Amino acid sequence: MWTLSPAELDIVLLSLKVAACCVLVLLLPAIAMAWLLARKRFWGHALLDALVHLPMVLPPVVLGYMLLVLLGRRGWIGSWLYEQFHIQLTFHWWGAVIASAVMAFPLMVRAIRQALMQVNPMFEQAAQTLGATPVKTFFTITLPLSYHGVLTGGILAFSRSLGEFGATITFAGNLEGETRTLPLAIYSLTQSPEGDAAALRLVILSVLVSVVALLASQWLERRLIRSQR
Amino acid sequence: MFSVDIQIHQPYAATSPFDLQARFDLPAGRCLGIMGASGCGKTTLLHSIAGLLMPSAGVIRSGDSLWFDHKQAIQLPPWQRPVGLVFQDGRLFPHMSVEQNLRYGMPADLARIVLPEVVDILAIQSLLKRKPSQLSGGEKQRVAIGRALLRQPSVLLMDEPLSGLDDQLKQQVLPYIKQVIATFGLPTLYVSHVGDEVAEVADEVLTLAQGQLRQAK
Repeated sequence: MWTLSPAELDIVLLSLKVAACCVLVLLLPAIAMAWLLARKRFWGHALLDALVHLPMVLPPVVLGYMLLVLLGRRGWIGSWLYEQFHIQLTFHWWGAVIASAVMAFPLMVRAIRQALMQVNPMFEQAAQTLGATPVKTFFTITLPLSYHGVLTGGILAFSRSLGEFGATITFAGNLEGETRTLPLAIYSLTQSPEGDAAALRLVILSVLVSVVALLASQWLERRLIRSQR
Repeated sequence: MFSVDIQIHQPYAATSPFDLQARFDLPAGRCLGIMGASGCGKTTLLHSIAGLLMPSAGVIRSGDSLWFDHKQAIQLPPWQRPVGLVFQDGRLFPHMSVEQNLRYGMPADLARIVLPEVVDILAIQSLLKRKPSQLSGGEKQRVAIGRALLRQPSVLLMDEPLSGLDDQLKQQVLPYIKQVIATFGLPTLYVSHVGDEVAEVADEVLTLAQGQLRQAK
């Protein structure tokens, strides 16, 4: 019987925790940005669209470095956070969450935006003639009718976070028990002469976690579809 | 009394740009029919009254309440205008049950028109738990009428509510519409391109052509 060592279990749990928090952190900003890009026309729309997609084309290490400049202990915002609230994101698992959230943001925005664009505005008009304010219309009509986009975006962000390496190692560091998620642990093991067997175990584990996460999301999607029929 | 006196400029209309002028008074319990060919601006007129489009000039008044006044720059948003708009395609919310659709526009406080009465008149009791995808065309329109009524409207706007139905279904739904108008005594605007249908429902029929409302011959 294949059992997990306490260290392996810690790595898996940390990875899942970081990925789940990444999705939660992204949910509101991604929905807001997707709505803005899908439904509003304004000056600078194309520029904002490009900025949102930047993490998809930039090397993750570059983004990690940019995060370090902004949010690092001596960064522009990071130094203020540390002085005012004693919050330090580098070498902390929240740093790993932020790094993977930045990488996953465009994926989530794209998925939700496409779903929002498929919602027929005629339903929103009907809701408004029934007395619904734009806010009520959004939460009772637009969002429920684009739930599949939110779900797909969440799955993409979760998977992206599970596999995130470059930005995390640059910004959050590779600290055992704190920021060493599955990809970072595999990388660390491949750097040591006797680590091949342990690395292989983590690789298999990584595949298993991803498959289970995908199956769980498919199950969730089926349940949601059934509840809406 | 519900009064409309508006001009609508539609530069981006689907067929061709047009200017539309509409002026009428609608007392409670009276149904005004408006007939006209497709693209003549019937839906535009109803959407302007509901606040989904902005007229270029004029006044819309419901009793003492001013919904639109171009000169005074008053324009209530659609959610502040108590209209019961029945769309051509019903537009039932697909993710909600029939009952949730019916309750959507219902005010939380005292309601003049109540759910059991509407359900009874439109004979939709057995449909309450169903989703719109499980309804026939005629059933969908009956639910859409019920939903519009439960909004507690001060005017009922019907935009070709039978256009998607075959003749047999039309004959089934028409009596419900007549009964609704008779029971609730709301000023009603009934719009259609089918003359017989309008004549059967309305007390008075106007035709809309070249942007003008005229007495039907």
